[in-house]
Amino acid sequence: MIELKHPVEPALAPNHTVVRFRLYVAGNLPNSRRAVANLRAYCAEYLPGRYELEILDVYEVPERALEDRIALTPQLLAETAHGTRRIAGDLSDKASLVDAIDTTRVG
Amino acid sequence: MKKAATGIRGFDDIALGGLPAGRTTLVQGGAGAGKTIFALETLVHGARDFGEPGIFVCFEEDPTHLRENAQAFHWGLDGIAEKDLHFFEARPDRDMIRSGDVDISGLLAVLQALVKQMGAKRIVFDALDMLLAEMANPDVIRREVHRLNDWLHEMGLTAIITSKVYVTDSSPWGHPPMDFIEFMVDCSIMLRNEIVNGASQRHVRISKYRGSAFQENETPFVVGAQGIDVAFIHGSSKAVILESAERMSTGHPDLDDMLEGGYFRGASILFTGYPGTAKTTFCATFIAAACLRGEKSLFISFVSREDEIVRNLQSVSIDLKPHIDSGMLRMVSARALRGSGETHMLTIRTLAHEHGATCIVTDPLSALSKSGNRGSAPGVAERLIDWAKSEGITVICTSRLDDADQLDEARPLQISTIADTWIHLSYDLHAGERNRRLSIIKARGTGHSNQVQEFALTDAGVKFKDVDTSAGGDMLVGSQRGPRERSADVVMREREAADAREAARMNGEIAQLEGGIAVLNAQLEARRLEAKAITERTAEQEGDTEQERDPVRDLRGD
Repeated sequence: MIELKHPVEPALAPNHTVVRFRLYVAGNLPNSRRAVANLRAYCAEYLPGRYELEILDVYEVPERALEDRIALTPQLLAETAHGTRRIAGDLSDKASLVDAIDTTRVG
Repeated sequence: MKKAATGIRGFDDIALGGLPAGRTTLVQGGAGAGKTIFALETLVHGARDFGEPGIFVCFEEDPTHLRENAQAFHWGLDGIAEKDLHFFEARPDRDMIRSGDVDISGLLAVLQALVKQMGAKRIVFDALDMLLAEMANPDVIRREVHRLNDWLHEMGLTAIITSKVYVTDSSPWGHPPMDFIEFMVDCSIMLRNEIVNGASQRHVRISKYRGSAFQENETPFVVGAQGIDVAFIHGSSKAVILESAERMSTGHPDLDDMLEGGYFRGASILFTGYPGTAKTTFCATFIAAACLRGEKSLFISFVSREDEIVRNLQSVSIDLKPHIDSGMLRMVSARALRGSGETHMLTIRTLAHEHGATCIVTDPLSALSKSGNRGSAPGVAERLIDWAKSEGITVICTSRLDDADQLDEARPLQISTIADTWIHLSYDLHAGERNRRLSIIKARGTGHSNQVQEFALTDAGVKFKDVDTSAGGDMLVGSQRGPRERSADVVMREREAADAREAARMNGEIAQLEGGIAVLNAQLEARRLEAKAITERTAEQEGDTEQERDPVRDLRGD
């Protein structure tokens, strides 16, 4: 199951710059479920302890989706020190994710 | 089936009420075909006139620009609140990175909240093809289009989806045809814009309308200051023909008598004749009389400048200038107007409305034939007459006979079948005189003189002459009226020729009444008989001389 609303996870390492993720999903659609799983796996591998994750369901908080101009779902907004990146899709293409977030420059 | 009126002039007539309410309509057409205007105008009318708020979802255009551009139309866009007409930005983010499968749930969720908040009843997805271009493969496109369709059904919205890519064609980005969209929607509309002889020709066609009858033919339309204006069609629901028994003076008492009281109000009157037969003069006489009665009038000339017309008419004692100065008469020279017959017709309608005209002159009507209409679309001239009739406006128009073969739709003989009154003007060149004639070929619903009348254009205006038929039924014109000194034999032959000529002319009129081309042949025949009479007369005179010479020849023993 997908966590909804805005749980923040996991514990932070205080002295590192963190990447803030906001993942918009649409209910229980397969590609949304895959996006959550793929993002978790990515974070565990590349950003252990250095990320915040907020998962939002467009049907529950459409006003947030409107604010963030979400049309295609699932969609990930990644706030890094170098600006916000938008990644649409189920995040199955790990290479593009790595490239977009550019973890080497994080922190 | 419940219909949602678009409010687009003429369109609801061909769609027998409007778009299917609570269902989806697909509007297809190339760039510049008018899809966005069609969709936006439907929302504007919904919000403004029918109490149905709407959302315009922009996949391609900047909503701010779109709004600005739409200000150019006289829709009162500024007076429509955001809660009644919402422009929704949905252009793809160019910097967005793609990673795997996506769907459009985010868009639908946001729109759903907006629909509830506004109480929206109408929605437009403008340039859906742009959104679909974001999709990786045909299966995803199909899935998402169905998702959209299901959502629209669930929401019960009257929706318009526009696409500049024909769904039956492969898309420029290599996707296979999306013709399933056509099967999915309840109504499908094609818009087309092409350049014919340098004039823009727009057409709309409804290719499918589930559960409703509709006008299947391609129908011309124009885009003007009011938005889209779809051509007026015979028998459409708005074509309420106002039958009026009220007579209006033709401006000439004698012509009033010939028509037993003048033209009917709301009638269409056609003057035909070769150049120089005083067609414009008769139009101006009518208009001047109308202005004197206090009726606002419109004079549209496709041949001359305003001041030229006024000056020329002054030479026959018709002064339009005071009426122009008082604001009763509006003269428009459409000579410089570019565009199709459709555009001219729209211009005439707009001018007539602005001016509050009850009488219109179109000189000549054949100018409206510059339309690229093909196939079954009714002629522009005919639609103008129908429109005027539905508004109770009296239209006087002229048509030159000599352009008959150049025209494809404003043929006098074709217009003459729908005109209520048809008056033919002609002249004979005889003994160095130009003798003008007027004949009322038809006058629907009125008694009328079947006598061919002679008239003269004098500096005091049109003067009809008493008919002289002393030559045994033939109408004597000009110097023929003078004393004639001819041998009884010549007179007899002339009478025979005259009888034959008169019979030919009568036959001609009968043929004209039937709207047949035979009239021209009959006139030709009349001329031939005249020529023959002259030839015979000459031969006879020569014969007399021969006979007188014969005795001399005998004496010489030849």
